[in-house]
Amino acid sequence: MATSTTAPDADRREPRAGSPARRPTRRPRGPRRSLLPYLLLAPAVVLELAIHVIPMVVGVWMSLLELTQFHIRDWSTAPFIGLENYRATLDLNSAAGKELLHSFWITLAYSLLSVGFAWLLGISAAVVLQRPFRGRAILRALFLTPYALPVYAAVITWSFLLQRDTGLVNHVLVDQLGLMNERPFWLIGDNSFWSLLVVSVWRNWPFAFLCLMAGLQNVPGELYEAAAIDGAGFWRRLRSVTLPMLRPVNLVLLLVLFLWTFNDFNTPFVLFGGSAPEQADLISIHIYRSSFKTWDFGSGSAMSVALLLFLLVVSAAYLLITNRRRDDHA
Amino acid sequence: MSRRHLGIFTAAVLAAASLTACGGSGDDSAASPKTLTYWASNQGASLEADKTTLQPELDKFEKQTGIKVTVEVVPWSDLLNRLLAAAASGKGPDVVNIGNTWSASLQATGALVEFDDATLQAVGGKDRIVPAALAAAGAPGKPPAAVPLYSMAYSLYYNKKSFADAGITAPPTTWEQLAEHGKKLSTGGKWGLAIEGANPSENAHHAFTFSQQYGGEWFDSAGKPTFDTPQNVSAIKRYIDFMAADKITNPSNAEYAQNQSVSDFANGKAAMLLWQSAGSNLKTQNMPADAYGVAPVPFLASPPAGGKKVNSMVAGINMAVFKHTKNKDGALSFVKFMTSDEEQTILNKTYGSLPAVKTAASDPAFSATEQKTIQETLVTTAAPLPQVPDESTFETLVGTAMKELFADAASGKPVTEASVKAKLTDAQQKMR
Repeated sequence: MATSTTAPDADRREPRAGSPARRPTRRPRGPRRSLLPYLLLAPAVVLELAIHVIPMVVGVWMSLLELTQFHIRDWSTAPFIGLENYRATLDLNSAAGKELLHSFWITLAYSLLSVGFAWLLGISAAVVLQRPFRGRAILRALFLTPYALPVYAAVITWSFLLQRDTGLVNHVLVDQLGLMNERPFWLIGDNSFWSLLVVSVWRNWPFAFLCLMAGLQNVPGELYEAAAIDGAGFWRRLRSVTLPMLRPVNLVLLLVLFLWTFNDFNTPFVLFGGSAPEQADLISIHIYRSSFKTWDFGSGSAMSVALLLFLLVVSAAYLLITNRRRDDHA
Repeated sequence: MSRRHLGIFTAAVLAAASLTACGGSGDDSAASPKTLTYWASNQGASLEADKTTLQPELDKFEKQTGIKVTVEVVPWSDLLNRLLAAAASGKGPDVVNIGNTWSASLQATGALVEFDDATLQAVGGKDRIVPAALAAAGAPGKPPAAVPLYSMAYSLYYNKKSFADAGITAPPTTWEQLAEHGKKLSTGGKWGLAIEGANPSENAHHAFTFSQQYGGEWFDSAGKPTFDTPQNVSAIKRYIDFMAADKITNPSNAEYAQNQSVSDFANGKAAMLLWQSAGSNLKTQNMPADAYGVAPVPFLASPPAGGKKVNSMVAGINMAVFKHTKNKDGALSFVKFMTSDEEQTILNKTYGSLPAVKTAASDPAFSATEQKTIQETLVTTAAPLPQVPDESTFETLVGTAMKELFADAASGKPVTEASVKAKLTDAQQKMR
């Protein structure tokens, strides 16, 4: 890397021999040139404002209002109650606060397990499919299918599979294999958490697979050859070559997967239909229920903002720590 | 903080940002005086079937008035959210069907046209409308926020053959008898009673009826929730106990939220069902009308002090007009058309419900056993759900608490007075 950095500057400093009269073109000035970058940025900035920043600010504003059905038509009539919504939803002695905390722990466990399993499956498949063999392309396409399916169609199918009396899962487990005497419930009670986790991993692991497969393309073959000459076995190569080379990919992949899973709304909403069982009451569903089902948009927004702050801290801490480590390594 | 860290921080903000964003959308209200947008609720076997039922009537209306009505049949699971989005945004349909229990909740948004005496006169007059139905069209003491369209009530549907096979000669008139019959009927993979256990609205309707019979109320006179009173605890426990204690309901019903209980009844997997106007639905599932009997919903054998003789809510569908409509006159004339004797007869006949206007009720189409039972219930033993702004929240919170109790019962966890009370107390604390 170090050898190439000076080349472009050197080029610019010395005008080519064929154009002696040309003025130095470095640092051009003039209104047209200086406006252009802003013009190019404008569409992105406007969209960013419209899609992210303004709704966020509105969300924060909503969280400070008593926004119920009496005021939903005209927000200006909603009483400003300051931090009352936060006090009510984050008060861990109240029923609402306890449920939010419960939901938070469930979501955290769900996210960590889901990301962990998705990554494990992704890396295994990517490593297995790294070397060319007959049928590799077919397997790759097959592995990516869950990611390509529309989430609603896929999760509705899962909800049919998991039904107690008519679902295929119980048909196979109980009727055909005879592994259990009683038909278990998969969509209510304790099992609902594991059902949700399985569906989530099933949906997310192809993305991990895709990213890691792309990352593996950049690992030079010589490194493996050198490692092999040094007598490194499969596990040693994985630990000392593959994983360190995949580090930049993993950093982004794990964060993105975590944020997606933590915020996942579609999977539980479609699987459980609006009101998830307590054992699988993810925070996104919890907030939806607080806002839309009980028509209390102020406290729903307060939960969203609290969640936003939490994810912000997690993301920033994660990136700071991982970057510091990279700086240490460098 | 270095520039790179700032960049990372910004990226983190944006990555986490999508959470707080939410929004509703709706079709624009019809701008031309010659068009109307109408959201119909799902009354028949499917959305498509409803459209087929409604379209000829809408064509008739267009012929009479020159106003073209565009109909969209909205499934029940989405209807309330979409109505709320339309109310909040001031955009959406001109005329809508609403569940009559939501009348006061939606009225509180101030988005619906109020039917004062003059407006009621414009749609055919107050005197034509069945009083019980009109009482379930808005908060007491205020002009109704809607006009009754279809009237319904809960009845007990029972499978005649299953009853005969079990040696039962008459439908139960008390819950004790129902449990006893249910035990005889719950054999050989079949069950006594089918329950839509994961559907919060269905649960809440039964919560209301049972609570009335035990002398309870869900709201006091000031409109404050009274969820966890001893009467309400006993009422909810009685209902859950059909699965938990009497074991006359298949535990699988704890998952039911898509009318699977009606299918189970139609297929003979369950011998009894508590439902509103199930006849047309059963017909589409190939259960002939002579295969089942219809009886009033049972009562307690010995009601406690204060217990009321109520065995159904006043169920029904109302028709409302949004204030944001740009064609109010057209919208009101459409309401008048839909509540006319002729349309009331045609539509209620198809849906197996009862006309909401007295003048159409005498039509021979409504003299079948099912309709007669509904009629009798509505006149004598039905009461409207509390018409308070928090009604829809009550349905959600108490209905969901019952869903969780059914889940406990299904997975073998004990359902006790204490566990029922805890759920109801939690639900009440969430009301503000």
